[in-house]
Amino acid sequence: MSTPARATAPALAVPALARARWRRYAAWLAAVLVVAVLPHVVTAPAAVPVMNQMGIAIVFALSYNMLLGQGGMLSFGHAVYLGLGGFIAAHALNLAARDVLYLPVPLLPLVGGLGGLFFGALFGSFSTRRAGTVFAMISLGVGELMAASSLILNAFFGGEEGITANRTKAPLLLGLEFTTDRQVYYLIAFWALATAALMYGFSRTPAGRMANAVRDNPERAEFVGYSAQRVRFVSFCASGFFAGIAGGLFAINYEILTAENMGLTASGAVLLMTYIGGIGYFMGPIIGAVVFTFLQSMLSDYTGMWLLYLGILFLATVLYVPAGLAGLLMMHAPAWRAGRFRRLLGPYALTALFGLVAAVGVIGLLEMVHFMAAASAARSTKRLFWMTVHVRTLWPWLAFAALLVAGAAGARRAAPAAAAAFNEASRPAGLP
Amino acid sequence: MFELIFFSVLNGLVFGMLLFMLSSGLTLIFGMMGVLNFAHAGFYMLGAYLAYTLSRYLGFWPALLVAPLLVGIIGALVERFGLRRVHRFGHVAELIFTFGVAIVIEEIVQLVWGRPAKAYEVPALLDFALFRFMQTSFPAYKAFMLLISVAIFVFLFAILTRTRAGLIIQASLTHPGMVAMLGHNVPRVFMVVFGIGSALAGLAGVIAGPVLGTFPGMAQVLGSIVFVVVVIGGLGSLTGAFVASLLIGIVQTFAVALDISVGSVLAAAGLPPLGTTGVLHELWQVTVAQVAPIMPYVLLVLILIIRPTGLFGTRET
Amino acid sequence: MTPAIELVDVRKSFGPTQIIRGVSLAIEAGTRQAVIGPNGAGKSTLFNLITGKYPVSTGHIRLKGESITGRRPYEINRRGLSRSFQVTNIFPWLSVFENVRCSLLWSMGYRYSFWHRVDNAADVRERAEVVLEQLNLTARRHVPAGMLSYAEQRALEIGITIAGGADVILLDEPTSGMSRSETEQVVQLIREVTAGKTLLMVEHDMSVVFDLADRIAVLVYGEVIAHDTPERIRASAAVQEAYLGVPQGAA
Repeated sequence: MSTPARATAPALAVPALARARWRRYAAWLAAVLVVAVLPHVVTAPAAVPVMNQMGIAIVFALSYNMLLGQGGMLSFGHAVYLGLGGFIAAHALNLAARDVLYLPVPLLPLVGGLGGLFFGALFGSFSTRRAGTVFAMISLGVGELMAASSLILNAFFGGEEGITANRTKAPLLLGLEFTTDRQVYYLIAFWALATAALMYGFSRTPAGRMANAVRDNPERAEFVGYSAQRVRFVSFCASGFFAGIAGGLFAINYEILTAENMGLTASGAVLLMTYIGGIGYFMGPIIGAVVFTFLQSMLSDYTGMWLLYLGILFLATVLYVPAGLAGLLMMHAPAWRAGRFRRLLGPYALTALFGLVAAVGVIGLLEMVHFMAAASAARSTKRLFWMTVHVRTLWPWLAFAALLVAGAAGARRAAPAAAAAFNEASRPAGLP
Repeated sequence: MFELIFFSVLNGLVFGMLLFMLSSGLTLIFGMMGVLNFAHAGFYMLGAYLAYTLSRYLGFWPALLVAPLLVGIIGALVERFGLRRVHRFGHVAELIFTFGVAIVIEEIVQLVWGRPAKAYEVPALLDFALFRFMQTSFPAYKAFMLLISVAIFVFLFAILTRTRAGLIIQASLTHPGMVAMLGHNVPRVFMVVFGIGSALAGLAGVIAGPVLGTFPGMAQVLGSIVFVVVVIGGLGSLTGAFVASLLIGIVQTFAVALDISVGSVLAAAGLPPLGTTGVLHELWQVTVAQVAPIMPYVLLVLILIIRPTGLFGTRET
Repeated sequence: MTPAIELVDVRKSFGPTQIIRGVSLAIEAGTRQAVIGPNGAGKSTLFNLITGKYPVSTGHIRLKGESITGRRPYEINRRGLSRSFQVTNIFPWLSVFENVRCSLLWSMGYRYSFWHRVDNAADVRERAEVVLEQLNLTARRHVPAGMLSYAEQRALEIGITIAGGADVILLDEPTSGMSRSETEQVVQLIREVTAGKTLLMVEHDMSVVFDLADRIAVLVYGEVIAHDTPERIRASAAVQEAYLGVPQGAA
């Protein structure tokens, strides 16, 4: 399905090892710097809440990929662990606010994590016997079960209104307050970096390596001494733990948890974002979480159909780019290393331009259809692509359709050149 | 009391046969291609919406014929241009793909028809009470639903067991590789079966739309239950799908009708209540009707743990 | 001397069909033995029974004196028995190096640890390097195993089997599909990696069998009709009668 999760250890020559280690440390350091500086660079008022959402999504998606990409387990119910961790964290926060518990906000995600771990172990005890379709169905069943139970157990789930909490009422640790979005941002950033490092580390442990082996060939793994079920169970518990941390961060950020946060929609969202990002690479879920959250918040300002566009993007990824965005980037690594990347820019830009034209056509048509279906009979114009469009006349329909056809034809014409350029640029050095 | 039982059984039968119409298509697709089609309930929804629109221009009866046909064609196209590409990446990738299709179908329905529920009405011809028993009447339309479902069942059974095409399909259910070796165009068989399965789902939508409601959430409401039916009945077994559909249909209908609390049921069995407040107390106060939506999922999880091949099935993946 | 493997009246049926019809066999420790027989005799089934892939219908199996009847494959492997497969059964998306490394993690005591980094484990790395060297795959260490040539994959298949240091090795048709020169290389590899261990292999290539095996068991229709030295097997009329093809390859 996808290429190995990480480039394997380089040759034993010590300088090469040291170089690789330096590169890794540099990467982590760069990540920390970027994250620290980001809110000062992007100063739009709506930016920080979106970045908080991204941070939570990153932790959630990384935890999900421990199952899907690393373990070969497709789950349709992963939001259960985020949700349960979040609810437990919210209740804990309420207890802390009433001085029943000494629990400062920075430690709250751990409480969520422990909650996620507990339920991960509980549900994992019977879910992990098999991977594949059976696992997916069990995860769906458990997810729907929890979502339905949430309407019954009102004391824990708060019924229709959910559970609210107030992060400003909790005791302070080292005087750190979390009243503004930006303060919460740094907390989320800390936890995102910490959990990412931990999850990366997990993938390099025997449990993590055997998870890959069991994904590839569970039968053979049993014949080299490992119980496939136990290996999956360890991954499942770990992923529940980190999903619970994401839930704790969720509780801190939004200060409310509802049953919807545990349901199929949320579980589907994390599947989409992880897959779009690329399940075969550690960076994949991170990229996917950022892109997905960005598109979701950007698009929902302009159109009610953002989920359709994301769904189409998802289908396109499954059909044509199964390695995801990360895979797409990694595919260009040889060209980059050989210094031939610049040659790709021209053909790529041309294809992308035509693709953009076709996309404008599709979006225009879809938006106009939406308008016809949803808007009242009195309105006849719509704001589309910064123009006022008279939807009830024929002219815009023809225009967008023409854009679609022209764009698709042009992209089709330009694509072979781009592909050829890619092959040329990726050629191993030294060959004619 | 007897009235309640009588109508619950009847309604349960109607619902159960509807579930069978949905699950038969799903189980055929699964049995043959190994794909659990997440988008199946989406085709059910498409059937209802298409029938709604068509019935406004052509009338209910033409729509009854045309809408499932349209849905079947869409299904065949999805298989031909989508699923077939993903097939080589394995079952997990196929599941992921059909999940994406489900999302896109639901969004397109909302795009074209809007979010509010549609007033898809029972046709005037059938809008009367078929008979009255004690205080309650049984609508003729429900009898019509039952009739169509049984007709489909008989039709499927006849085709699968009496025709050559049916034999090929049955063979492909268990030995697709061998069937290909024998010279049959298995990809085309897959496409046809996927199309027929989708058309069946569409037909279920056409007849259920007026009764169960035509709204964007209708796929999600029934989708999971259909999975439960197929898994409990046994992945790939039509008999299992039939038995499980009726079982779940009747049990669900009964459970929803019963307003007894779980606590009183357990008390009748001799178990004392747990506590007077908090979570456990809530569990005891819960009525059977409230628990009813959960029961299928409990059954699903239990079956997958105890007997993943289901009641009648022979394969798990 | 406790035999390495001992089967006591083992029978296996799949539904109404009886595949193994009462096999009693003792494989002495430290010997190299082969199981031969016509197609459909049940050789692979026998392997699957010994290694725990299928449960026996009746009978007992003992490994180094301890009963392993009904045990799971990983339990049997942990007791020192390892097998290869007739159809290559490697980890296709892991690199060659990773394939070998994953095969020895348990035997080196790492279990399900999620607090050690496997890259830092020098003992694991060294042992994996040794095995890679034996397989002659050191140059291909970074290649995803699914992209190796057939012969390389068969070598890796054996490598995964022996990496964990099991002292009872079962090889299922290790040279199937190989050319003459490839076969010679594999035979050399097998000789090297099974030195001092117990080897039981299923083979069709008679030259390999007579080259490597100390004793041969002949399985026909689920029963062992002979279990003896190669010379006596070659001479046995019963074997020649039951198993056409013995004279062709041997002489």
